[in-house]
Order: sequence, then C-alpha cells, then structure tokens
Amino acid sequence: MKIVGISGSIVGSKTRTAMNYISKEMLDQYPEVEFTLIDLVDYNLQFSDGRNYLEYEGHTGYVTKTIMEADAIVIGTPIFQASIPATLKNIFDLLPTNAFRDKVVSMLVTAGSPKHYLVAEQQLKPILSYMKGQIVQTFVFIEEKDFHNKEIVNDDVIFRIERLVEDTVLLVETYTKIREEKEAKYDF
Amino acid sequence: MEKYRIDPSKGLEFGIYTLGDHIPNPNTGKRISAKQRINEIIELAKLADQAGIDFFSVGESHQNYFTTQAHTVVLSAIAQATQKIKIGSSSTIISTSDPVRVYEDFATIDLISDGRAEIIAGRASRVGLYQLLGYNLSDYEALFEEKFNLLLKLNEEEIVNWSGNFREPLKDAEILPRPKNGSLPIWRAVGGTPASAMKAGYSGVPMMLAALGGPASIFKNTIDAYREVAKGSGFDPATLPVGTTGFFFAAETTQEAMREMYPYINEGMKLTNGQGFPKQAFAQAADKRSVINVGSPQEIIEKILYQHELFDHQRYIAQMDFGGMPFDKLMKNIEIMGTEILPAIRKYTIK
Repeated sequence: MKIVGISGSIVGSKTRTAMNYISKEMLDQYPEVEFTLIDLVDYNLQFSDGRNYLEYEGHTGYVTKTIMEADAIVIGTPIFQASIPATLKNIFDLLPTNAFRDKVVSMLVTAGSPKHYLVAEQQLKPILSYMKGQIVQTFVFIEEKDFHNKEIVNDDVIFRIERLVEDTVLLVETYTKIREEKEAKYDF
Repeated sequence: MEKYRIDPSKGLEFGIYTLGDHIPNPNTGKRISAKQRINEIIELAKLADQAGIDFFSVGESHQNYFTTQAHTVVLSAIAQATQKIKIGSSSTIISTSDPVRVYEDFATIDLISDGRAEIIAGRASRVGLYQLLGYNLSDYEALFEEKFNLLLKLNEEEIVNWSGNFREPLKDAEILPRPKNGSLPIWRAVGGTPASAMKAGYSGVPMMLAALGGPASIFKNTIDAYREVAKGSGFDPATLPVGTTGFFFAAETTQEAMREMYPYINEGMKLTNGQGFPKQAFAQAADKRSVINVGSPQEIIEKILYQHELFDHQRYIAQMDFGGMPFDKLMKNIEIMGTEILPAIRKYTIK
C-alpha cells in the first residue's frame, strides 16, 4: 500500500509539523505502508498548463506521478484568506479530473482561527469529491494554540491524528477489498 | 455529400483507424519492433481493402509508445499497397505543421492512391509535440484555427493570397501538386463536447467525432449542436458528413470479446494516458446503449445500427489495434467485419 502525505503550503511550519506526526504514526503503526511525504516547500512546481500529468518534467512530474501512484493521499493544509493555499490548489489543477478515483483521501487542517473550521468542509471536500476521491469524512483540525516550538502540545490532537491514520489505512483496505470482490464478479 | 466523396445510397461507411500506438502486449509483456508494427499497419490496410472496408486512417502522436509520427509517410505506403479503400489521417495535427507542406503531402498521396486521400485535422489531445516541433503551447487554440483555415483555403483556391500570425504570408502562391479531382475531403477532428463540435459547425466542415466511452446518447447532443450551428452559419447540414470514432472488438460471444479486449484497453490507457480503464465502466460497454462497439458480431451490428438511428451519421471508424493487440486477432476481426458486420450494416442503412 502506497500512501502519500502532502504538506500543502510553502510558508509556515505548523502544517509540516503536524504532517511529521502523521508520518511517524504511519511508520510506527503500519510499517508495511510505503509512506512518502511531499512538502511543497521542497519542490519548485510550475503552474498547471492543462497538459497530461505524465508530460510534466522535473519536480512537477515527480510530484504528479508520485500522487497518481498512491492508494491514499493525506492532505495537510493551512487556511489562508479563508481558503486553501494556491500551492495546494495547483496540485489539484495539475492532476486529471478523476485523479482520485480508487484512492482514499484524508485531510489535516491547521488554522490560526477556529473560524476557519468549515473551510475544509465547504471548499476542500467538494474538490476531492469532484476528483472522485473516497473521503475520510472526519478531518483533523488543529489550531495555533495546539502548537508550541514546532511540537503539538495538545494530546487530543495527537489522538485525532492517530485515528486519522488508522481510518485512512482501514478505508484503503476496505475499498480495495470491495473493489476486488466486485471486479472478480466481472467476466473479463 | 459528393464533395466529400460520400454516397448515402451505399449506406453507412465503415472504416478502421489506428493511432499507431506501439505498446507491449499486456498478456506477454513483449513489444514487437517499430519496424514490425509499421509493416503490420500497412498489412492491416491491405486486408481491410480486400475485405471491402470503406476507409483506413493513421494518426500522428509525438510521444512515447507511438510509432506513426510520420503518418503521411505511412499513408503513402498504404496508398501504394491498396486499391479501392479510402485513406486518411486520424488525425493530422495541423496546429504544429505547416498547412502548405501538409497539403502537398496529402495531394501527393491522393495522386498515388488515384483519388482516395482525405485529411482529418485535429488539435492533439496531448501537448508534448508543441515543444518538440517548435511551437508555443500558449497559442494552442489560435494555432489550430489559423492553420486549419489556411488548409481549407489551400483546398479551395488554386492561387492563394493569405497572411496570418504564425507563418510568412502567401502571395499568389500555387500549391502543387493538386489532388486528382482538384480538392480533398477535409474533416475537423472533434473531442466529445458540444463546444468543440460547434467550432466545426461554424466553418461548415465535416466533423469526425471521437466517441470513446459512455452512452451513445450523449454524443447525439454533440452532433445536434454541430448541425444546428452549421445551419445557423448558413450551411446545409444535409451536405455535411458526420463521422464517429471509437473502440471496437468482436469475438464469437460478447463475453469472450470483453474478456479478450479489456487488458489491451486497460494497460494501453495506463501507458499512454496515465490511468487505466475502470472495470466498472468497461462492464457497461456490454449494453447496447454504450458507444463502445465490443461484443459478438450480432451485438455489434445492433449497436452500430442503434448509433446510426441516433446520429444519422455517414461514417463510423473503428479502433481495434490499441494496446498491443496481436496481429492474428486483428486479422480475425477484419474477417468478421467483412463477412458479417459490413453486409448487415449496409443492408439496413442504405438510403
């Protein structure tokens, strides 16, 4: 099973800090999972120009192909100006319309204010549904006060991260099983 | 319709097209050489000619897993190897070529083939060729419109005066040689959406519509939009041929056809497009209302007749060699086309 984590911003540290917890939890609990963390700050990505994802080269090609090969994506995003950052939206724009077909997608959101809680619900989920993702409905929402010195200091958040990782892996297993059973019934 | 060499009294035309893909056979993992693939395409055209199939075309794709980038050269070999079958491109990417050179090539193929050549001009579904051939992708739309219109003009006028943005002007230019009968059928290749079809309608040119999957009824909307716009632009839709293109595979039974075809489509799509063909969607192809012509010969006849009832189109062209399909299966399909499918389709679509 391949799972890709995306840290969706090129500024700030909170989303990356939280994604490190996801990464560690994956490694500790599910060593069989091949987990790759893509922090967008480490890559120089071009804007989408509408080409097929296979045709991008360099960093952009690496990121699109790595995401497309995954069984699940854990999207980590901060909230900027009451929405997801442009860097994350560009990732979606770089991919085919049905890029998340047969993939599980889960979300982790960091925000400076609790007023941003519904952004994931109202802006991120519709994108993931449109791209045919199987969404882990419950996302982890983390506020500024939950961080201190690049660590998470609220145990409740840590428990929620553990559950998010567990749900992501479990849903991949579940959907894979359902799909295999269904496909076995086809006579081709 | 005569202008486009279509005779409705002979019924729906049936053709074969290839994109010239060069993909390993998914069942063996082995890939034939480019030389063998090109020779087999030429051989396939010969067999299609002998089986009485109406049309055979070759497309250009400038990317990995393809082998007919120089599609006019392949078509020229086919022109020499065949007798009666009409031949064309599917498609010629006019955006990244000089229309003058394209017209010279096809006029020459028309002479070699004794008046059988046609052009289907498209915009390319992939964009790697823009850089490869020295064009700017941001001119995607403008390049096509300008070059396609110039191509049409070269076809209509013997002495051409023209100026545009993407090449030097033509002053009293004579484009030689001329095709056998003075002009060629030139079609506009169209993706599935009405918006794309309407562009063909505005210029009153024949439309070749890609119908790769889904219910046939959605493509009817596209064809209706094309005809309405053509009419609104002062053209008579009754004089404008419509063609459709799509996947094809026949075997003794529908189950057998689906079982044999699926790995080729699925693996081929993965390699050329980056995503496979979902089984759930392919399972729906067994339904008569699906536009994918896979099944027993009888099932396919019913599908094509159903599509003809919906579309009232003049030509259907079949893609059956995609994804590394071995040549013996292609030969078998040509035989089924010639002996079972064509006679039935002609019988029921003659006007």
